[in-house]
Amino acid sequence: MLCLNPHAIEAGQTMNTSEKTRIVGAPVLRKEGVQKLLGQALYVDDISREGMIHGATVRSTIPRGLIRSIHYDERIDWDAFTVVTAADIPGKNHIQLIFADQPCLADGVVNHCDEAIVLLAHADKHKLREAMAAVRIEYEALPAVFTIEESERREQIVWGTDNLLKSFLLEKGDVDTVWANAAHVVEGEYRTGAQEHLYIENNGMIAEWSEAEGVTVWGSLQCPYYVHKSLLAVFDLPENKVRVIQTETGGAFGGKEDFPSTLAAHAALLAMKSGKPVKMVYDRMEDLAATTKRHPSRIRHRTALDKNGKLLAMDIDLATDGGAYSTLSSTVLSRATLHSPGPYVCPNVRIRSHAWATNTVPYGAFRGFGAPQGIFAIECHMDEIAVALNMDPVELRRGNFLHDGDTTATEQVMREPVILDQLLERALKESDFYAKREHYARENASSAVKRGMGLAAFYHGAGFTGSGERYLNSIAGLDVTPQGKVRVLVANTEFGQGTNTILSQIAAEAIGIGYEDVEMAPADTRVVPNSGPTVASRTSMVVGKLIERAGLQLVAWLREESGLEERYSASEFFAACARYGAAHGEVVSLCRYEAPPNIYWDDKTYRGEAYPAYAWSIHVAQVAVDTNTYSVQVEDFWAVQEVGRILNPILAGGQIEGGIAQAIGYALYEKVILQDGHMVNNQMTNYIMPTAEDVPPIHIFFEEIPFQHGGFGAKGIGELPHDGPAPAILNAIRDATGVGYHAIPLMPEDIFAHFIAHEINVETVSA
Amino acid sequence: MSTFPAIRFNVNGEDREVRVAPMKRLLDVLREDLGLTGSKEGCGEGECGSCSVRMNGELVNSCLVPVLQAEGASVQTVEGLAAAGKMHPLQEAFLQCGGAQCGICTPGMLMAATQLLSVNAHPTMTEIREGLAGNLCRCTGFTRIFESVIAATAKNREERIEEPAHAR
Ligand code: FES
Ligand code: FES
Repeated sequence: MLCLNPHAIEAGQTMNTSEKTRIVGAPVLRKEGVQKLLGQALYVDDISREGMIHGATVRSTIPRGLIRSIHYDERIDWDAFTVVTAADIPGKNHIQLIFADQPCLADGVVNHCDEAIVLLAHADKHKLREAMAAVRIEYEALPAVFTIEESERREQIVWGTDNLLKSFLLEKGDVDTVWANAAHVVEGEYRTGAQEHLYIENNGMIAEWSEAEGVTVWGSLQCPYYVHKSLLAVFDLPENKVRVIQTETGGAFGGKEDFPSTLAAHAALLAMKSGKPVKMVYDRMEDLAATTKRHPSRIRHRTALDKNGKLLAMDIDLATDGGAYSTLSSTVLSRATLHSPGPYVCPNVRIRSHAWATNTVPYGAFRGFGAPQGIFAIECHMDEIAVALNMDPVELRRGNFLHDGDTTATEQVMREPVILDQLLERALKESDFYAKREHYARENASSAVKRGMGLAAFYHGAGFTGSGERYLNSIAGLDVTPQGKVRVLVANTEFGQGTNTILSQIAAEAIGIGYEDVEMAPADTRVVPNSGPTVASRTSMVVGKLIERAGLQLVAWLREESGLEERYSASEFFAACARYGAAHGEVVSLCRYEAPPNIYWDDKTYRGEAYPAYAWSIHVAQVAVDTNTYSVQVEDFWAVQEVGRILNPILAGGQIEGGIAQAIGYALYEKVILQDGHMVNNQMTNYIMPTAEDVPPIHIFFEEIPFQHGGFGAKGIGELPHDGPAPAILNAIRDATGVGYHAIPLMPEDIFAHFIAHEINVETVSA
Repeated sequence: MSTFPAIRFNVNGEDREVRVAPMKRLLDVLREDLGLTGSKEGCGEGECGSCSVRMNGELVNSCLVPVLQAEGASVQTVEGLAAAGKMHPLQEAFLQCGGAQCGICTPGMLMAATQLLSVNAHPTMTEIREGLAGNLCRCTGFTRIFESVIAATAKNREERIEEPAHAR
């Protein structure tokens, strides 16, 4: 069967990856695809354990205050329920992440609405609901802060000694010497809102406890070893007494990176106290109200340019709202900082960045991890500069692009090829950018629907920032089962992006066997080594390389010790494995992470190789703004990118399209409305994501430059597509209407308010 | 043991009988009482479509249907799409074209697509978009889901999709 959409074929034509490889680069089918299509894949809520009961969470109803007392209404027969509070925690009452400031259960004080205070469990979900309503908590309210500005003023200290979760100062050259002599200085302030992941499967976990086995959890999660580490602390158990198993996971996008550690601890506490398996699956309202979102940001740019539009200095002030606890705010801030100067050369750069605490649910990881915020600001600002200088925004960018040999803001030398010019040319050509822009400019004058074209240029750093991969020190590999299959041993998880498929492809390619000869070991901490978290677009590049090496290492061992010939068939390979296994007891090939050479990073000065590799992209959006309804439709979208080697064109295309659709929501649809720090539109009815009718045709084009330190040449791909759409769309809206908007989500009411405030009189000529 | 009267309906060609609270959601009856966990709950309020099943030839959100409304009805779920060990052409197309990523929306999406093709064997792109507008997918951006539906209709031209009798 052929996929007949012309776009799919278009994308396929740009690929020549299968020239040297058989399986890598081929559109092999998703490894777990058949179970998913038959409805047989088991997600956490599809699983039941013998004697299992259900758990629920009583949460704070105020944003900040002291817990005075907890009343359990006498109407309820509490003996029939398992009740857990902070007092029941055997180990440390904190969720171990980067810091340990977030309690597992609030103890005496709450710092945000919807913070967990009491856990209940019962076999009957209806009784559980009644009991939840019968727990009354008395508070002494304390003043709360809800915005970056309130937190900055420090009239109320709600975290640490100064409300500051983290700050960075990055300096290159000397910006202060430049302003006086610059031909142009352009300033702007840009804001981005929170965004909900809106994975269609809510967070869920099942836990069991026994004296002999300790804690076992099954759940919807991205990072088994994060959950493992956190449970060790909460239960004060040795490593072999905590076991974490990922179930089929129905979308994550970063939303199941840190939060599952909390939910796993809650379910396990109830399991320990009740002695029964406990399932906790959030409904949509609870998931939306109580779990992490993307960090809101406020970014200010001050930019000096010479008379030809060359960048002379960039002074960037970046602030994020981190919520009530530190969670991942420091690393999100780091990535936001490192992406905020955009893909440009500038001799003088200063970035001051701060993550502020507020009394809202902690913000967490979300696809892009700070980069979409930073890139939104710089890419809107570039169009602002173009207007100020009366330049074409395309030429302004082209004149400042990074090239091979240039240095970034952290003074990282671009040693790998940078082909932004080529990507830009392709994007302009494929989208027919100039012709359309001119055409719409003529047409708009006499139409109530204004059309425009906008563009964004950006990079996304693949893998952990700076020295992160060295600290992770990941280990991954392969073994061979008695049934004669090669098994991939990784803690990296599948949640739709294709981990199972690409790692199986890499293993099969490296060893020289068939894709069907490879299977994935379960993501179970008792079975697989810690190959690091499934985040930061690191799986293809970092873990893929480990699997490639482990495969080559295994073949070398078999040649040396087990008589494997130079050329061999799959059955000869497995026969050699059997001989090797007989001699050694098992066939296991593991490899540990090795940093690419010449990687140097200084955490103190924030200088050096911020990322081992960058993916590059140009996005072009075509929009229509209806000046009667103030609604914006993205009518067409083009994405040209260089992400290293494409391991699987279907999965790669799916990542780009899905990321773009999610980012269209970020730009135009998705608004988290907080009242006193509680999300009030916590339903799919009023938190709106793009539907099948809203997503435009998306045209994707890959240029491939294999990266030698990534798995068969791959760099990262998953987060890149979320970076560009928001600024490309707002730049297109500017092209259509002449108005530069500086904040997202940009809702029809914002456009309306602007038109009213500026008395823009739209001559409405109905079509 | 249960005091509830029996409710009888046909699921994927089999006659079933349950004794549950009549207001229990069809979704929960399918998942908990009949062990058919293919249909998923994404929102519980009729917005996401991941609980979509076909009932008497109509697409319904099973999270909004009290089971008593299913009395005497014929219900088709994702588990009833493949016949005799062979995937339905839509399932095959979703597999080939990358129409499923995390897979959580997929059962509902397949039912919506089945419904669409049962009333319109060769939908246009606009009709596909409309037909699937009640089913949210957060992973794919929908593009490859549209491609999958188109691919299935192309196949349909060659070897007419035979609908199992119970799904009509
Ligand atoms: S669960 Fe039924 S529509 Fe979302
Ligand atoms: S495939 Fe994940 S929501 Fe559709």
